[in-house]
Amino acid sequence: MRLKTLALAGAALFALNMSAQAQTPVKLGILTTLSTPGGYLGEDVRDAILLAIAEEGGKLGGIPVQPIIEDDMLKPGDAKQIAEKWMETEKVKLFTGVIFSNVALATVPTILEGGGIFISPNAGPSNFAGKACNKNYYVTSWQNDNLHESAGALAKKLGYKKMVLLAPNYQAGKDALTGFKRMYGGEVAEEIFTGLDQTDFSAEIARIRAAKPDAVFQFHPGGQGIAFAKQWAQSGLKDQIPMVVAAPSLDQKIAAVVGDAAIGIAATTHWNTDFKNPENEAFVKGFVAKYNRQPTVYASQGYDTAKLIGAALKATGGKLDDDAFRAAMLKADVKLTRGAFKFNNNQHPIQDWYEVKAVKDADGKVSLQTAGKVLESHKDAYAQDCKL
Amino acid sequence: MQLLFEQLLNGLQLSLTLFLLAAGLTLVFGIMGVINLAHGSLYMLGAYAGALVASKVGGFWLAVPAALVAAALVGVAMELFVVRRLYARDHLSQVLATFGLILFFNGIIAWGVGRAPLQMDMPAQLSSFIELAPGLPYPTYRLAVMGVGVVVALALWYVIARTRLGMLIRAGSDKREMVSALGVDIAGLFTLVFGLGALLAGLAGVMVGPIRSVQIGMGEQVLITTFVVIVVGGIGSIRGAFVGALLIGMCDTLGRAFAPMLLKLWLSGPIADGLGASLASIMIYLVMAVALVLRPRGLFPAGG
Repeated sequence: MRLKTLALAGAALFALNMSAQAQTPVKLGILTTLSTPGGYLGEDVRDAILLAIAEEGGKLGGIPVQPIIEDDMLKPGDAKQIAEKWMETEKVKLFTGVIFSNVALATVPTILEGGGIFISPNAGPSNFAGKACNKNYYVTSWQNDNLHESAGALAKKLGYKKMVLLAPNYQAGKDALTGFKRMYGGEVAEEIFTGLDQTDFSAEIARIRAAKPDAVFQFHPGGQGIAFAKQWAQSGLKDQIPMVVAAPSLDQKIAAVVGDAAIGIAATTHWNTDFKNPENEAFVKGFVAKYNRQPTVYASQGYDTAKLIGAALKATGGKLDDDAFRAAMLKADVKLTRGAFKFNNNQHPIQDWYEVKAVKDADGKVSLQTAGKVLESHKDAYAQDCKL
Repeated sequence: MQLLFEQLLNGLQLSLTLFLLAAGLTLVFGIMGVINLAHGSLYMLGAYAGALVASKVGGFWLAVPAALVAAALVGVAMELFVVRRLYARDHLSQVLATFGLILFFNGIIAWGVGRAPLQMDMPAQLSSFIELAPGLPYPTYRLAVMGVGVVVALALWYVIARTRLGMLIRAGSDKREMVSALGVDIAGLFTLVFGLGALLAGLAGVMVGPIRSVQIGMGEQVLITTFVVIVVGGIGSIRGAFVGALLIGMCDTLGRAFAPMLLKLWLSGPIADGLGASLASIMIYLVMAVALVLRPRGLFPAGG
């Protein structure tokens, strides 16, 4: 009798212990940019990940997840320190959230060397896409060049033969023009490099007027893009010279802020609010209901990242063991808001790119409308150098 | 020729905006000896006050006075509560305190308005462009900004050169102790000058609102250029600020417009584009360096 009771008690304790173990949540480090003018990108990524977790009642793929969030203030050094701190004190193994490539360049090596797994929801610098690819490094958004390659492909499709290209005078700006030219193939009348914090483009716009191109491509994310679009409309050139941009220069937020001056600009993206699939419709509805604002493309990336992590956790039962997690992650066995998605051998996306146009909707607000496909199952140019 | 003319207009417009900022900064620096890093915050606050009033209450014409009042009030409050305690301190304390103010104002805006840039519509009458010559349309709004800049410059010149207040300001920037010894309420004068500087910064902010994006950090970007202007022009001198603003505004614009073009005479396209852009971005600092070598106290130093 006593023996039986003891055995029962032991079994109960064992079960309790088991369930306690199963319920230890997976820590998800969301290291993202929440301040600076670029802060709205990080906010949207963070909020979309939290939405995905909240929809499952604190879980992703049925596994409890504990998000840990900090602002990197767009400072690579600070981001690196936060990652080190999390790995030491919190024992975080799974990282995401990083928005900007310069932050990723400083932080990713630290995380990978410390045995962590990094899943980028936005930044996709070329440095880590080719030879330096890593089995614990994934990008769910795009390789940076893809954004501009798709814009180049769109310019070619629209039949522009002579173009002026503008970008800020730093690495990402130069990469943007390289990416654009890779798919465009026409004549480049002039390449204009602008200052990194420049917000008055009158001198550049006068140069464009003098060059008389068929169309203009410009890469100016955030506030710079808003200023450029406004000044472009004020100069009277908007109705004479068409403009092609990539997603960061005309996201859903910029279109709403720029308003009428954005109408007619052609942009490329891998996701838009109006995508017709059940996952996306549910996501947009859920996001608006929870946060009372329209999601941007960055929000969709955060949400898709959470879904991919969820699918992998589900397959491994919440274990972050390198090989099992990697096998599950690469399967990408989940439906995403953007539609078709696969990982390439360098663990960057293979996906479709679409043309979007800024139009005035029924409420008189300016929003983006999907106009057609530009590139199908597009890969990046660096995957061939990756030996994975 | 047409391109040169258009670029000169662009340069003039940038110069006049810089002058509005530099005038306030140079007076505060010259008269009170305070390095006010938060001057750019007043510019930002002017732009935000304008953008918020324009979108929530309605109308650009209401936004301008609102921005002026907001910037001036914040400026006076800043002088009374913070800057006043810094006159007797060294420059390091001033830099630390006014840098703190930048963080404070950026934080307040992020908390109260949000981090996304704001949109500010320009008045419909000015939103189009004027054909200055056949094939040369120029935005009406930019012409209006230039007009306001010229009027303010003339008014400032009149106040400084022809009125009693101007006399006190000039005297104050030259021999502060003497003015105070003659029984002038120097504390009141300081508050007034600080408020005036803030008002001009707010005016610059609300005027560029519809052209540039209204966002956190817009003040810091423009502040560096403004410091270059007052260093080149001579600290404490309105005339110096005006000439400095013209010089820097023109150099910056013409550099961006023509440096790549000139380099293309010797170099191949892409190299000239890249090098030209880099050269254009350091042009104003080169001008400052040359000006300081030739005239270490600036072109028109106060009391010089």
